[in-house]
Amino acid sequence: MSELTLTVMRLGFLAVLWLFVIVAVQVIRSDLFGTRVTQRGSRREAGRPQQAARQQAAPPQQRQQAGGGRQRRNAPTKLVVTEGTLTGTTVALQGQTITLGRAHDSTIVLDDDYASSRHARIYPDRDGQWIVEDLGSTNGTYLDRTRLTTPTPIAPGAPIRIGKTVIELRK
Amino acid sequence: MSSSTNTPTHHTSTIGAIGAPSRRNTELALLVFAVVIPVFAYANVGLAMNDEVPAGLLGYGIGLGLLAGIGHLVVRKFAPYADPLLLPLATLLNGLGLVAIWRLDQSKLLQSINVAGGKATNQLIYTAMGIALFVAVLIFLKDHRVLQRYTYISMVGALILLLLPLVPGLGLNVFGARIWIQVGSFTIQPGEFAKIVLAVFFAGYLMVKRDALALASRRFMGLYLPRGRDLGPILVVWFISILILVFETDLGTSLLFFGMFVIMLYVATERTSWIVFGLLMSGAGAVGVASFEPHVQQRVQAWLDPMKEYMLSRQGVAGHSEQAMQALWAFGSGGTLGTGWGQGHSELIRFAANSDFILATFGEELGLAGVMGILLIYALIVERGVRTALAARDPFGKLLAIGLSGAFALQVFVVAGGVMGLIPLTGMTMPFLAYGGSSVIANWALIGVLIRISDTARRPAPAPAPNPDAEMTQVVRPS
Repeated sequence: MSELTLTVMRLGFLAVLWLFVIVAVQVIRSDLFGTRVTQRGSRREAGRPQQAARQQAAPPQQRQQAGGGRQRRNAPTKLVVTEGTLTGTTVALQGQTITLGRAHDSTIVLDDDYASSRHARIYPDRDGQWIVEDLGSTNGTYLDRTRLTTPTPIAPGAPIRIGKTVIELRK
Repeated sequence: MSSSTNTPTHHTSTIGAIGAPSRRNTELALLVFAVVIPVFAYANVGLAMNDEVPAGLLGYGIGLGLLAGIGHLVVRKFAPYADPLLLPLATLLNGLGLVAIWRLDQSKLLQSINVAGGKATNQLIYTAMGIALFVAVLIFLKDHRVLQRYTYISMVGALILLLLPLVPGLGLNVFGARIWIQVGSFTIQPGEFAKIVLAVFFAGYLMVKRDALALASRRFMGLYLPRGRDLGPILVVWFISILILVFETDLGTSLLFFGMFVIMLYVATERTSWIVFGLLMSGAGAVGVASFEPHVQQRVQAWLDPMKEYMLSRQGVAGHSEQAMQALWAFGSGGTLGTGWGQGHSELIRFAANSDFILATFGEELGLAGVMGILLIYALIVERGVRTALAARDPFGKLLAIGLSGAFALQVFVVAGGVMGLIPLTGMTMPFLAYGGSSVIANWALIGVLIRISDTARRPAPAPAPNPDAEMTQVVRPS
């Protein structure tokens, strides 16, 4: 066998052996980072979302709206829980739909026996006006003192009552 | 579950767990790779030594591939969430060992002293038996926690295995070390099996006693000193390992068992003081025994001055061996990139060239680069074992996995260190690489147990408790 062939094989073998080691380490690496990290881009957030509040990815359609229709002057910037077990919780309003209910995937998970799993949602319409809509809850959603039957625009400072929880939109 | 984080730079990223993948296809791909590499090496040896592709290439490749394939299918069926790396890594080492043994079989010198010749075929049979045991472990050991029931039976079993080589008529004295037994025409090294059984005992014992060993202690100079009576277990294990050293005159076996106990004790109690005690005790024990036991003394002499040992052996003085020096020369002549498969002269090591000293063959023919690669593969096996221990949810599984991988690591250290002249030589063998049935079979069983634990550890957790959505919403009743 020619010297050249043997040298090539010798170095080739070492290369293949090390390639195996590197591939094995890559497998370990993918094992270590077993979580998927999704960047949602930079967005200005007014404050840290509370632990109880879970930020859901806004449907692309609504996010577009938020990007397109600029926020109106005097538009509310945050949602505050004023009564109930989550009193003090605030959620920044950024054009995303906020769902309220006892279901785990709600934006605000209510620990409230009188709330339904999917109780109500709050979303901006095309002009950036915030709307509250009852999602067929058992005990109903009240804006001020009237029970909601249709999606209704929210005036700043108007209390929204869901079971024993009261929330407000503030600037 | 998904949760959101908000970094100060206003980047929002969601971290969500990927649904536990079984990673069996990754394993299969790596396994194909792990079979192709030894086949390449095999062809390389044939081309270098006989100028032709060896006739047995196809049979050898199919044999190894078939064994690996069976292993893979059984893992797929019986341990679908197991670690994807353990099987390919072990297969690669086993395959490379087969190539090196076959390469030494070609040597006329080794054939003439009956060390080589047809050993590769034997090793392939042992590998088949090892895979069979591996398969049996995976099929019959449905849950490793079953082993917990046999804690004290394991202790008795391990002691019997360890003491078997001392039984007259059964034990076999091979060049001073009594670590073999002879059954019919077979020689077995019971210590290889004892390490698994002993790990089961230590894990079961320490799981129950760890609180007493960890909490009842006084602090002194930054170390937690255990109470006198808590020193009992470590003293007993130390005493037994000293007995092994005195009567079986094998430093490796003794170090392996004591070291494994200290590692597991440390992991179980999280007290550094046990490591300090362990090192002091093993050091004192080894020095103490070396001061009166002639065989151990000779090993130490050969370690301190291998050249003198070599000269004595050359002059024909009985009881001396040139292996240690020849192994060092083999490593030296290998250099950085080695001489290439089949082009070294590691057969000069003569006795045990294909078992205890097989690493020297790799050192000469693959050089530093190759040996580093091989040691890394061992390190990866140990890493996967430790990772399994970290992931295991039950304390018994944790301790068992750490004990087995610790024993594996210690064995590699003791053998590689012995061959390279870092510590005195012992009669243990490189797991998977070296020629020897007991070693290959026992280590495949060890990998089987690790795969079983890792399957349990990586299996996705059972469905979470029913969520409150299922409860009825209470209705407001106007009163």
